[in-house]
Amino acid sequence: MGVVAKDVGPVEGPALKFDRVSMVYPDGTEATRDVSFSVEPGEFVTIVGPSGCGKSTLLRIASGLLDPTGGSVEVDRQRLGYVFQDATLMPWRTVQGNVELLPELHGYTKGERQALATAAINLVGLNGFENHYPKTLSGGMKMRASLARTLTLRPPVFLFDEPFSAVDEITRMHLNEETQELFTNEGFAGLFITHSVGEAVFMSTRVLVMSARPGRLVAEFDVPFDYPREPDLRSDPQFAELSGMVSAALRGAYT
Amino acid sequence: MLADVAGPVLIFIAFLGFWYWLSYHGMAERRRFLVPPLHEVIHDGYLDWRNFSVMLKALWLTTQVALWGLGIAIVLGMTLAILMSQGRWIERSVWPYVVALQSIPILALVPLLGILFNYSFNARVIVCIIIAIFPIINNTLFGIQSVEAGHHDLFTLHHTSRLTRLRKLQLPAASPAIFAGFRISAGLSVIGAIVGDFFFRRGDKGIGILLDQYAARTTTIPRLYAATILAGALGYLVFSVFGLLRKAVIGKWHEAAEVPG
Repeated sequence: MGVVAKDVGPVEGPALKFDRVSMVYPDGTEATRDVSFSVEPGEFVTIVGPSGCGKSTLLRIASGLLDPTGGSVEVDRQRLGYVFQDATLMPWRTVQGNVELLPELHGYTKGERQALATAAINLVGLNGFENHYPKTLSGGMKMRASLARTLTLRPPVFLFDEPFSAVDEITRMHLNEETQELFTNEGFAGLFITHSVGEAVFMSTRVLVMSARPGRLVAEFDVPFDYPREPDLRSDPQFAELSGMVSAALRGAYT
Repeated sequence: MLADVAGPVLIFIAFLGFWYWLSYHGMAERRRFLVPPLHEVIHDGYLDWRNFSVMLKALWLTTQVALWGLGIAIVLGMTLAILMSQGRWIERSVWPYVVALQSIPILALVPLLGILFNYSFNARVIVCIIIAIFPIINNTLFGIQSVEAGHHDLFTLHHTSRLTRLRKLQLPAASPAIFAGFRISAGLSVIGAIVGDFFFRRGDKGIGILLDQYAARTTTIPRLYAATILAGALGYLVFSVFGLLRKAVIGKWHEAAEVPG
């Protein structure tokens, strides 16, 4: 893109590694129990699980927003991208201003910020909306702006906390297609949280199924499809079969 | 658009009609002097330069008191609120006194401030600050504390300093609440300036002293009306200026939920 993010070096070993991570909240709620898995560079792993099973807790622990009560996480937190459940755009900043925020917080110059933001806005297809305020954007566009904001720093590891759960089905499909396209082109390691099986299978290299609280990993599925994936993959019999298996595992996870 | 203008104009005409009816028919003969018709108010108060110049001078003094009071209340109030937002213990330590200051009837403090500060300009400004500072503190603090948790998380993830968080997140997020506070305090500052003046009854004449004097004699009652209208206009003007300021600074992204200023 002509713009290079700072502090980028080679990565060795897994991009993200959970080692027997447990979380018991002060009120006694046991959110997760002994969760272990890794995300290798170039992998897109999705965790599906019932609501309230501690999926989001795992991301908060991975990012350092929360300290686990047991186990540990290995990840380079200086280079972590986090896409929140809400777009969390600043209503007082335009799309451009919002996307420039992270480089701004990291002390990039105005010129660098603008270049990084322009590149990221192009990646998510929000060109032409740079000067719009968030209140004038649709839910899907807000999410794209939020993605662009995270993309500016070119993080090698991306955490997605159910980012598309609030948009309509068609928009969600588009965003899924765009996300796997970004994954294909940018080559980051992704950890995606969702309760939608279709979304999980469509984007991921691997799907993990989490049980109801306390959340434990109960099943794992490799997704064999090549990238970039086309929208009509969703009507492929193999896709349907795999989705069925994940759904069955998820049903089991509720009990 | 038409309704925006026509409505207020109709109400104004109705009000004038009621006023004239009161002046000529509504009041008993011997009490009629209490409600002089509008043209007498204008004639005595505004067209007679000797009277009008006295009022303008007093109004200017009151305006200065109100603006100084408001300005200091804004700086002091915001500083205090920002400090309080930086630590629970600071907030807990200071808040009871903020509430106490707000709860003491201002009239109870006016005589004390008068003797302490010798009925000076400063004494009037202090009355003004006391009456105007609470909405500034309250709204700034409330605004800063109602920043969304997700926004805080975003800044935490990027290891942002307190100052950067304050500048780039908390104050911008609080600005709608802060501007709402400004507007409430703007109105209060004019009230404070007049109240202080009115009860001091000495020192340089502001509009409050004039009101007191004009109310004392039957012949000056039209001037009492004229001065009251001027005081009201001043309050409205200061209130509106802050409404416009709000619109200029945050109007692009934030719509006012209140009446237009």
